[in-house]
Amino acid sequence: MDEARPLWATPLQFVFACISYAVGLGNVWRFPYLCQMYGGGSFLVPYIIMLAVEGMPLLYLELAVGQRMRQGSIGAWRTISPYLSGVGVASVVVSFFLSMYYNVINAWAFWYLFHSFQDPLPWSVCPLNGNRTGYDEECEKASSTQYFWYRKTLNISPSIQESGAVQWEPALCLILAWLLVYLCILRGTESTGKVVYFTALLPYCVLMIYLVRGLTLHGATNGLAYMFTPKVEQLANPKAWINAATQIFFSLGLGFGSLIAFASYNEPSNDCQKHTVIVSIINSSTSIFASVVTFSIYGFKATFNYESCLNKVILLLTNSFDLEDGFLTVSNLEEVKSYLASAYPSKYSEVFPQIKNCSLESELETAVQGTGLAFIVYTEAIKNMEVSQLWSVLYFFMLLMLGIGSMLGNTAAILTPLTDSKVISSYLPKEAISGLVCLVNCAIGLVFTMEAGNYWFDIFNDYAATLSLLLIVLVETVAVCYLYGLRRFESDLKAMTGHALNWYWKAMWGGVSPLLIISLFVFYLSDYIITGTLQYQAWDASQGQLVTKDYPPYALAITGLLVASSTMCIPLGALGTFIVRHLKRGDTASVA
Amino acid sequence: MLWLLFVLVTAIHADLCQPDAENAFKVRLSLRTALGDKAYAWDTNEEYLFKAMVAFSMRRVPNREATEISHVLLCNVTQRVSFWFVVTDPSRNHTLPAVEVQSAIRMNRNRINNAFFLNDQTLEFLRIPSTLAPPTDPSVPIWIIIFGVVFCIVIVATMLLILSGIRQRRRENKGPSEMEDTEDKWENTITIENGIPCDPLDMKGGHVNDAFVTEDERLTPL
Repeated sequence: MDEARPLWATPLQFVFACISYAVGLGNVWRFPYLCQMYGGGSFLVPYIIMLAVEGMPLLYLELAVGQRMRQGSIGAWRTISPYLSGVGVASVVVSFFLSMYYNVINAWAFWYLFHSFQDPLPWSVCPLNGNRTGYDEECEKASSTQYFWYRKTLNISPSIQESGAVQWEPALCLILAWLLVYLCILRGTESTGKVVYFTALLPYCVLMIYLVRGLTLHGATNGLAYMFTPKVEQLANPKAWINAATQIFFSLGLGFGSLIAFASYNEPSNDCQKHTVIVSIINSSTSIFASVVTFSIYGFKATFNYESCLNKVILLLTNSFDLEDGFLTVSNLEEVKSYLASAYPSKYSEVFPQIKNCSLESELETAVQGTGLAFIVYTEAIKNMEVSQLWSVLYFFMLLMLGIGSMLGNTAAILTPLTDSKVISSYLPKEAISGLVCLVNCAIGLVFTMEAGNYWFDIFNDYAATLSLLLIVLVETVAVCYLYGLRRFESDLKAMTGHALNWYWKAMWGGVSPLLIISLFVFYLSDYIITGTLQYQAWDASQGQLVTKDYPPYALAITGLLVASSTMCIPLGALGTFIVRHLKRGDTASVA
Repeated sequence: MLWLLFVLVTAIHADLCQPDAENAFKVRLSLRTALGDKAYAWDTNEEYLFKAMVAFSMRRVPNREATEISHVLLCNVTQRVSFWFVVTDPSRNHTLPAVEVQSAIRMNRNRINNAFFLNDQTLEFLRIPSTLAPPTDPSVPIWIIIFGVVFCIVIVATMLLILSGIRQRRRENKGPSEMEDTEDKWENTITIENGIPCDPLDMKGGHVNDAFVTEDERLTPL
C-alpha cells in the first residue's frame, strides 16, 4: 500500500463513532411507539431475544469484515468475491438515498431550535385571523403545535400532486445542515474522530436532564405505569416479534456500509468482538432509557389534556346552568351531573351532546411515532412546562446531535469507497470529493423542502431502505459463511485479532440470522403485495386533520425505482463481473 | 299615585331589560377563577360600578355624551355571576342600538376589565368579541439572527479547515526540497565545546556511493 490508511486516534473514537451512528432518532421516536403498541414491558422480551440472536451477530460480522478487509464496502465485498461487487454498490446507493432525506430532519431540528429563542414559543399560540377577533381557522381546528408543524414549517400542500415551490426557510436550514455535516467529515477520521465525542455524549447529558425533569412532572407516573404494565398476551402476536426484529436490524444501521467503513479505519489487532457487545448493549439501553423519558412526558401531556378536558366540561356546565363560579370541581362533577340531569332534564339534554367524555386512558393511547412524535407531541408537552424555552432548546439540540451523528456514518459509507478508489482519489483531493457529495445531496434534498416535500420524505423513509437492506445483509451473511468460507474467515480473524471465534457467532452466522432475515424479507414482501395500492396521510387544511389518499401512479413508479435501483445492483454486479471474466478468458484463450 | 307611577316605570324598565331582549347583552363574571381567595362578593355596589363603567363607555361615543348611570339597566343577576344589561336613551323608552353599545364596550374593554381586576376571559360580554392583542412582531425575525450567527461560524470554521489542509499539502509537496535545506543548515552550525570548535564528520565532502542504491529505485512497487 502506498499511503498509510488513516486510523482512529484511539479505539475509543471508533466506539463513539459506532455509538453515535447507531444511536439515532429511531431510538427516540420509534422504540417508545413500538413498546406502547406491543405490550409495554413485555415488548422487552422479544426485543432482547432479537438483540442476542440477530443484532449482535450481524453487527460483529460487519465490523469484522471491515476491519479485516480495511476498505470501504465496495472494495471489501469485491475482495471477498469479485461477484459481490454489486453488494457494495447497493450499500452505497442505499446510503446515498438515506443521506438525501435524513438531513432534512436535521434541517427541521435547526428550524425548531432557532425558533426556541422566543417568548412565547411560536408553536404555543395560534396566530390571529384577519380582523383580530379570533384565531386562525386552521389553527383552531387542529392544535397550535400541529399548525406550526404543517403550516409554518412545512407549508404542506393538500396532496402529493401539488408540489408547490421550494420554501426558502427550510431550504436555508437544509443548506446549513449540509455545511455542518461537511465541516465534520472534511478531514476524514481526523475531524470525524473529534466530532463523535460530542455527538455520542451530549445526547446522554440531555436525556439525563430530561429524565430528572420528566420524572418530576405532574402526571408522569401515569405514563410510566401505562408503559411498563406488561400486556403479556402481546407476546403471542407475531407482529410484536417481527417489529422487534425489524427495530433491532434498522436501529443498528446494518447493511449501509457505514459500519464497514468505520471498522476499516481500525488497527487490525482491534478487539471488535468486545466493541460489538458494547455498542449493541449501549444502543438498546439507550432505546429503553429514551422510552422512559418519552413516557414520563407522555404521561404529563396526557394528564394535562385530561385535566383541561375536565375543566372545559366544568365551564360548560357552570355557564349553561348559571351555577356559582367555583362550585363545580373535579371531585363532585359526577354527582352534580346526575343531579342536573334529574332536576333540569330538558336543558341537560340540550347541553349533553357537547359534554365530552374525558378519559385519561384514551389520551395515553394516542400512540405517535416518527416526525409526529418529535415535532408535534413533544413540543406540545414542552410548551406546558415552566421555562419552556430552555427545555425546547435542550431537546432540539439533542435531536440535532443524534441526527448529525447518524449522518456522519451515512456519509462515511458513501465517501470511504470513493476515496478508496484510486481512479477518483488521484484526480480530486479528499476535501473536494466530500464537498461534491454534500453538494449533490443538498441539491437533491431541496426537493424535500417543497410544499409536497413531506410526502416524498415519507416515501423515502418507508421504502428507500427497508427491503434493500434486508436483501443486502442476507447476501452479506451468506457470502461470508458459504462463499468465502466460515473456516477461512475464522482463521483470518484469529490471525488478525489473536482471539478464537466463539461457537455462538458461528452458529448465528451460519444458521439462525440468515433464516431470520429471510423470514422478515418474506413477511414484508407479502405485506406490500397484499396491501395492494399504497396510501398516504395527507394534511387537510380545511378540516385540520390528516386524511388518507392514494398515491398517484408516478409516485408508485418512483417508489419502485427506489427499491429496484439498489436491489438490482447485486445481480447486475455479479452479471457484470461474470461477463468481464468471460471476455477476458475468451481473450487470453484466443491469444494463447 | 306616586306608587302607581313607580310601578309603571319599573314595569317599563323591566320590559326593556330582559334576557334575549332586543339590544340586551349578557355579561358573565368568573371571580373565583380570576382571583381565587381574593375574590370579592358581587353586591349592589359592584353593580353600581358596572353601570358607571358602561355609562362612561357610552359617553365617549359621539352623540351619546348625555348618558347617565340611571340609563343603564341590569336584570336577572344569577349566582354565576351573570346578568343582562341594556342602555336606554334619555327618554327611557327605547334602548340604544346594539351596534353602538358593542363598539363602545370594545373601545373601552381594557378600562372596564381593570376596574374589576379581571380580563377578557373572566369578564365576558357574550356577543361582543374582544380585540385580541397582536403578537409582538420584531422587524427582523429572531430566528434569522440566530441562523445568521450559526451559519457564519460554520462557514468560517470550514474555510479555516480547508485552507489549513491546502497549506499542509503544499508543505508536503515542498518536502523533499526543504529536506536538503535543513541538511545544509545542519552542516553550517559548527558545534563548539569548551570554546574550541569541533570538527564533525566531514559531510560537505560527501559523495553518493553508487554501490549502495537508494530504496526507491530498487524495490518494485507493491
